[in-house]
Amino acid sequence: MTGFFKRLPEAVVRVGIVFLLFITTVSFARWMIPASLKNGREHRTATVKRETAKAIHYAGADACTECHKEINAVKTEGYHRNLSCETCHGAAKNHAEDPDVKAVTDKVREACTRCHMYDPSRPTGFPQINPVVHNPRKQCVECHKPHSPKPPHVPQECQACHGQIARTKEVSPHVDLPCTTCHTVDVQHKVSPREVRAQIPSDRSFCAKCHSIDSPVKETQKVDIKTHGEKYLCWQCHYPHEPELHSYGTKTLP
Amino acid sequence: MHTAAHAMLFLLPQTTGYIFPNEAEMPWSLLIVVYPYLTGLVAGAFILASLVKVFNVKELQPVYRLSLLTALAFLLIAPLPLLLHLGHPERSYEIFLTPNLTSAMAMFGFVYAWYLMVVLLLEIWFTYRRELIVWSQGERTVMKVVYRVLSLFSVDTSEESAAFDRKAIKVITIVGIPSAFLLHGYVGFIFGSVKANPWWSSVLMPIVFLFSAIVSGIALVTFLYMVLTTLRRERINMACLDKMASFLFYAVILDFSLEFLDFIHRLYESEESIKILSELVMNRLFFSLGVIQVLLGMFVPLGIMVLIRVLRLDEELRKLLYFVAVILIQLGIFATRWNVVIGGQMFSKSFRGLMEYKAKIGGMDGFLMTLVLLVLPFIVLTVLIKVLPPWDRPESVAR
Amino acid sequence: MERRRFLKKSLTLLAEAGVLGGIATAAKTARAEPKGYDPSKHRYGMGIQIDKCIGCGKCVEACKEENNVPRDVAHFRTWVERYVIEQDGGVVVERVDPGSSGSHEPIPNENTVRTFFVPKLCNQCDNPPCVQVCPVGATFKTEDGVILVDADRCIGCRYCIQACPYGARYLNPLTDTADKCTFCYHRITKGLLPACVEVCPTQARIFGDIDSPASPLARFRRMNKLHVLKPSLNTEPKVQYADLDGEVR
Repeated sequence: MTGFFKRLPEAVVRVGIVFLLFITTVSFARWMIPASLKNGREHRTATVKRETAKAIHYAGADACTECHKEINAVKTEGYHRNLSCETCHGAAKNHAEDPDVKAVTDKVREACTRCHMYDPSRPTGFPQINPVVHNPRKQCVECHKPHSPKPPHVPQECQACHGQIARTKEVSPHVDLPCTTCHTVDVQHKVSPREVRAQIPSDRSFCAKCHSIDSPVKETQKVDIKTHGEKYLCWQCHYPHEPELHSYGTKTLP
Repeated sequence: MHTAAHAMLFLLPQTTGYIFPNEAEMPWSLLIVVYPYLTGLVAGAFILASLVKVFNVKELQPVYRLSLLTALAFLLIAPLPLLLHLGHPERSYEIFLTPNLTSAMAMFGFVYAWYLMVVLLLEIWFTYRRELIVWSQGERTVMKVVYRVLSLFSVDTSEESAAFDRKAIKVITIVGIPSAFLLHGYVGFIFGSVKANPWWSSVLMPIVFLFSAIVSGIALVTFLYMVLTTLRRERINMACLDKMASFLFYAVILDFSLEFLDFIHRLYESEESIKILSELVMNRLFFSLGVIQVLLGMFVPLGIMVLIRVLRLDEELRKLLYFVAVILIQLGIFATRWNVVIGGQMFSKSFRGLMEYKAKIGGMDGFLMTLVLLVLPFIVLTVLIKVLPPWDRPESVAR
Repeated sequence: MERRRFLKKSLTLLAEAGVLGGIATAAKTARAEPKGYDPSKHRYGMGIQIDKCIGCGKCVEACKEENNVPRDVAHFRTWVERYVIEQDGGVVVERVDPGSSGSHEPIPNENTVRTFFVPKLCNQCDNPPCVQVCPVGATFKTEDGVILVDADRCIGCRYCIQACPYGARYLNPLTDTADKCTFCYHRITKGLLPACVEVCPTQARIFGDIDSPASPLARFRRMNKLHVLKPSLNTEPKVQYADLDGEVR
């Protein structure tokens, strides 16, 4: 053994010693470090614990219902039944823990228009108003009960709910047609819009009344209803609220 | 909180199109440009040195030691920009406590330690061992102790021991070349493996990094050799300089071909990200990529070197042109790193918008700190050269 | 009010006696004690119905409030985007400021083909690139499938921010560590809903257990054609979208 070391060049021995020293120091240092610092699982458990312990700000609808049973009963009957209380009233964990801390909501128009102002990106059918023309001087709560928001009287105009369609129609050749030209609407539709639907035309002859070449109505785009796309119903190609014909007038179809 | 929010508004960079809101702040700043730049210089300088030992390129003997010392000086500074850029530099030891084995970045410590300890320090030690013994005998006081310690108290100056040193150096270099490839290829992998970022995500990234590293390393050593030799009022060895320039020439061509291949490949595949990447290149990166990296950093130096070969210019003019070329190349490679690191963060991952980068002047990751980090390796190199002169006995090395 | 306190007290007493234990868990789990929480019995996911989002931004507000997210415009755990797709194929996207929808001249015009809102948040990927790249293992997937960050050990290298394809992570300026949506881990482990889901007025967000056979999320997954963001990156998001437009990235 000593013979082997003697035969090694001294350079190797010296470098070897330095390396051994280095590796020993590093290993020793690592060994000295408490195991908990090197244990990923322990770190993760600690993080989960820390994360779980974070403070809650929103109490959750169940907590509200515990005390506010009556309001909840009203709410479950109305259109806002699926809204959480804190959607409008804000984070209320403090209030839930100590009722003396009041949960307040400003009864300003902006609190409602935030969701109900007309915005074209909003899904069709979501009730939207134009706040500039919709009773601009009144607070919403004067006519609508936020916990059961029914219109105070049956909406006068369809666009109260169908804002998107109304806006589209405004820039279309059909701008002057009232909705009732094409839709027959049961009175009940205004009260229970989902249960009682508005009627739509059922066949080509309805559109033909104005758009057929033999129609007496002037100033409309005319087609030969017998040959023009006879396989389809008109609204399978043309969206009636914006029939895609910007050259409104006497031009014939290409 | 509110004032902070307002201050943010002014600090937010200019954007065009849509960016995800969290992308308004650029995660990696100038310092992360410096990091691959420095590492590249290390790998490049080392590969230049290994040309002498493994491939027996005799002409490069005068710069052998200089390139080793350069590699060491830059390697010592290379982790600094990374460290300073961390949100919590004081926690960096966590990388050694709980390294995440799937993380390319966690492997940094291991690759770095391997390269520093096993390759670079060892090769330098074997190169200088005999000189250290001789120098310690000629010195008194502090330097004598320093040399004794550096030689690890070695005493053997026999011819057999010198022969063993040479053999050892050869072995270390052979191990060292793949290690240098690993060091910088790995840096490329840090970027190339980010699938979320189409500007980075590319198999070619590590290889492109590698060849640009070789380019920058050779250019740096050429620059240092010319400057230092002039400072020492000695004659520049033209055979050596021409040889370096010739290697540089081929390295630049290879580097350019690889980057061009990457470019063509992206353009031809024309994936989802191609539109925003084209915009990125034509708008935000037009100057730093088109003008600095490609035109000034590649085409002009290549033109210069072709000119030198074709016209057989005289020595003085050649020196001047080489000098201009290596500075341009250095500038070009820095721009390359910029275009990768900053460029990769100038477009939104929504592929619908571009961001702008405004470097801070002060602060831990500002412009001034970047300058300091770029100067530091040269200060380290000065100290290294003072302690381990690379040129005192060129004849004893050339043996 | 007294009644509520009394109820709470008596409920706790009963639960401790173990009488109500079974009933309490069978009914709404809102009152389940955290120590009784077993992460191995859960795997959380979220469903988002694009066609229900009205872009009110209540979720964004609630998230910032619940999780102390910096109240500026550059740090979000969840946010809402407005997409406007134009006749000529152009796509305009913007982030909706909470409460701002409709308040400014809307971008959509006659040239608009379709327009909608898209809520975004951390996708809690099953194959998370952020976890893969974290050098110190400070970000990880919990047993119940949520990606968390250990703010005490994160070194702030921001590699995870680079690796996230969805821009869901940010460097918290207060702690200088990576931060992100946790599905409100402190709420869901107590049986509450994430804050964004709690306040969503239209149920555009549906939260629950992916493996549960009967739940709002199960119903969502049964009734809709689902899609995830950037599926080609194989991140396997646990946030799934219904009615997702192809232009959304």
